[in-house]
Amino acid sequence: MAANDAFRDLFFEEAEDLLATLSDDLVRLSAGEFDNEIVHSIFRAVHSIKGSAGAFSLEELVDFAHRYETVLDGVRSDRLELTPDLFRVVQRSADHLAVLVEAARTEQETDRAVTETALAALDACLCAASATGADPMPTASETPEAGPAQEEPQFGFVPLSLDLDSLAQTGPQSFDICFRPHPSLYENGHEPALLLAQLAELGHLETEIDLSALPHWSAPEIVEQALSWKLRLATDATQDAIEEVFDFVDGLCDLTIQAEGNDMPETVVQNGAPIETATTKLAEPDAAPTATCIEAETAEPASAAKSVAAADTPRPTLRVDLDRIERLFNAVGELIINQSMIAQRVDDLQLHHDADMAVHVESYRLLARDIQEAVMAIRAQPVKPLFQRMSRIVREAADGTGKQAQLVMVGEGTEVDKTVIERLADPLTHMIRNSVDHGLEGPEQRCANGKDPVGTIWLSAAHRSGSVVITIRDDGGGLDREKVLGVAVKKGLVPAGADLSESEIDNLIFLPGFSTASATSLLSGRGVGLDVVRTAVQSLGGRVNIVSRPGKGTEFTIALPLTLAVLDGMLISVGNISMLVPISAVLETIRPLAGEVQAVGPDECLLSIRGRFVPVIDLAANLGVPRAVEADAPMLLLLVETEARGTCALLVDRVHDQRQVVIKGLESNYGHVPGVSAATVLGDGQIALILDPDAIVAQNHGAGLRAVIPS
Amino acid sequence: MQDAADQNGEVEFVIFTSGGQSFSLDIRHVREIRGQSAVTPLPHAPEEVLGVTNLRGAVIPVFDLARCFALGATVDAERNVIVIAMNGTQTIGLLVQSVSEIVSFPRANIQDAPDMLGGSAQSHISGLVPLQEGMSRVIDLPSLIQRRMPVPA
Repeated sequence: MAANDAFRDLFFEEAEDLLATLSDDLVRLSAGEFDNEIVHSIFRAVHSIKGSAGAFSLEELVDFAHRYETVLDGVRSDRLELTPDLFRVVQRSADHLAVLVEAARTEQETDRAVTETALAALDACLCAASATGADPMPTASETPEAGPAQEEPQFGFVPLSLDLDSLAQTGPQSFDICFRPHPSLYENGHEPALLLAQLAELGHLETEIDLSALPHWSAPEIVEQALSWKLRLATDATQDAIEEVFDFVDGLCDLTIQAEGNDMPETVVQNGAPIETATTKLAEPDAAPTATCIEAETAEPASAAKSVAAADTPRPTLRVDLDRIERLFNAVGELIINQSMIAQRVDDLQLHHDADMAVHVESYRLLARDIQEAVMAIRAQPVKPLFQRMSRIVREAADGTGKQAQLVMVGEGTEVDKTVIERLADPLTHMIRNSVDHGLEGPEQRCANGKDPVGTIWLSAAHRSGSVVITIRDDGGGLDREKVLGVAVKKGLVPAGADLSESEIDNLIFLPGFSTASATSLLSGRGVGLDVVRTAVQSLGGRVNIVSRPGKGTEFTIALPLTLAVLDGMLISVGNISMLVPISAVLETIRPLAGEVQAVGPDECLLSIRGRFVPVIDLAANLGVPRAVEADAPMLLLLVETEARGTCALLVDRVHDQRQVVIKGLESNYGHVPGVSAATVLGDGQIALILDPDAIVAQNHGAGLRAVIPS
Repeated sequence: MQDAADQNGEVEFVIFTSGGQSFSLDIRHVREIRGQSAVTPLPHAPEEVLGVTNLRGAVIPVFDLARCFALGATVDAERNVIVIAMNGTQTIGLLVQSVSEIVSFPRANIQDAPDMLGGSAQSHISGLVPLQEGMSRVIDLPSLIQRRMPVPA
């Protein structure tokens, strides 16, 4: 049983790797890179998953992978042409394959209907392939030739009769289309290439551009209608459907559409494989706009090229239990402390005349730092798998909202601590969905605004001075500030008539209970808004910001610490205990003057600072430790920013210095201590507690503070 | 006596003194024994929890065993040691007066704690083992720790 489990784990680990390769390859394909090797690689990945899944009798997965593989085999052997339509099916199928693998791993039931839909889509491709051939009316018995189903009869190919019937009734038809855009078409921001791409989605499109009217580049005069196209479209769609494509440019161009007979003179079929004639094919019409978008990001081609190189030569890796790394990590932390103690001791012994000793101590120090860095690097992982998951989220969200969207990733190679990556998945998913759902406009509105109907979301990661910065940018409509302010006022989040700056209004969307979606959509708008995202990011010790430009789009920036294992803190002491306050919470330290602190009631104290009143919290009383300074010693306050009660002042005995410490959990060996988030080991081997200012403020017991008020 | 016993039926105990009484802990629970080191107090902890200490980079809580059995606080002394014990994945320290020996007993020699024991003693002692100079109380480690752990957040 245990051995079986181990194999199972291995299978899912492998499947995960294979799915990552698959998704990599698909990204390369969508970037317009067409190479048989990529298709082979995709085929191999699906085939391997199918093979191993068979060993664990995951039938649904095997069935689906098999059908998928059949389609890929068609592409591989040139029986199927990789049209944008087919590419979309291939992409969606990869998504579904990932869903099935995940379901198998967690042993959850999958929605059989979804699988059926995905299978039907694959079948439709196979049918369409046979249909594009000379035989306009394929029969069920002929279709299996498209795949290796005959070699493996146990996975019988069952085409859906429904598709075949509809095919048999209509059959592919050829249309000759003449399209001559007027200048007004360009002036209105329409793009002929997109129209052609849309046409190509209906079927097999051949284009021929008429450049005869194009003046010589040196000619001074401007010719009004320089470009026109002669198109030939083989499609199952009706003439109405074709006319629909040109709906938006009605009156902005000359358009003639002529239906032809059922014959397909350009494609001759021999032995089931279509041989293409040398007409200009719109093999990647969809890729054309995609490519421009990607090229807009200068960093993208470079990183894409890098990832290709990496894919060609897979570097050997080793799977290690995270616990073992954790142990190594702890041991190294201790080594560093031990090293500094020894160095201190050697220093104390005044051995300076012994040059050898100094050299050894120094090389020990360097060695220890090297080991620490190396161990830190083990935990660091590229954000790529996380980002790849997001491209699936974009597709799902786009499908769910009827929008068209693409994801452009930049800097996927950026390495971040594994824990950070894990805990970033949920907030990032939420934000990406949010961008598609609320950020991007619908295709019609985008066209009307002169934008590409396909919305773009940029997801980038980069290192910036000790932290990692992740940005999510969309080219949508930007925030509707009036609406945001209106909602905030209506929900009582800001008083009516409040005068807020643009950035203050933008930041309102992070408030709890704020949701702009007037109609609750399936994806976002479930009442949980961006406040959840902000809380999640803050719990990782990060910050989230928003910049919005009306009509241009919105950009969210998440800044996170590189690792959760290290924290920047202010070392303070209360009583005889040293503690750390996370530097992210600290605003300033203050020695209040007489009269600046006033008692309110028996227990409460308020600090007056720059016209504001801030509650004072006695840390010693809250933590149940006696104060170490005399009652008449000057008061020392640490101003901290908290979620629950805004700015608060913590009364402390001493503020030492700022330092970076390694975070150690208290929970595994003891449990949760109120007001304390974790602990750390200081340079002398002592343990210092890391305070959680939010929790301390929330649990404030109040105390007899009046005694310490300076007078 | 231990030589004659069946190997399988034998249990090894670490015997130590705390609050003037003899206690023993199954050696499988004991990871190591260290000298008393600096302990950082924890806020809002029960009085028998002295605080946390640093065990090669791990933060572990230290309990005053005498206080756990309501025998008063362990007085600071040279011979005081901390017994590092494992309870499942949890590592904790027990401050005791001194560790005397490791003794092996046949399982049959361990007697159930009589019903007359009340209060904290009853719940944290799983049995008694006879020693030449009297007897030693076998600590029920899971029960001892459980009581003193804060409620998980």
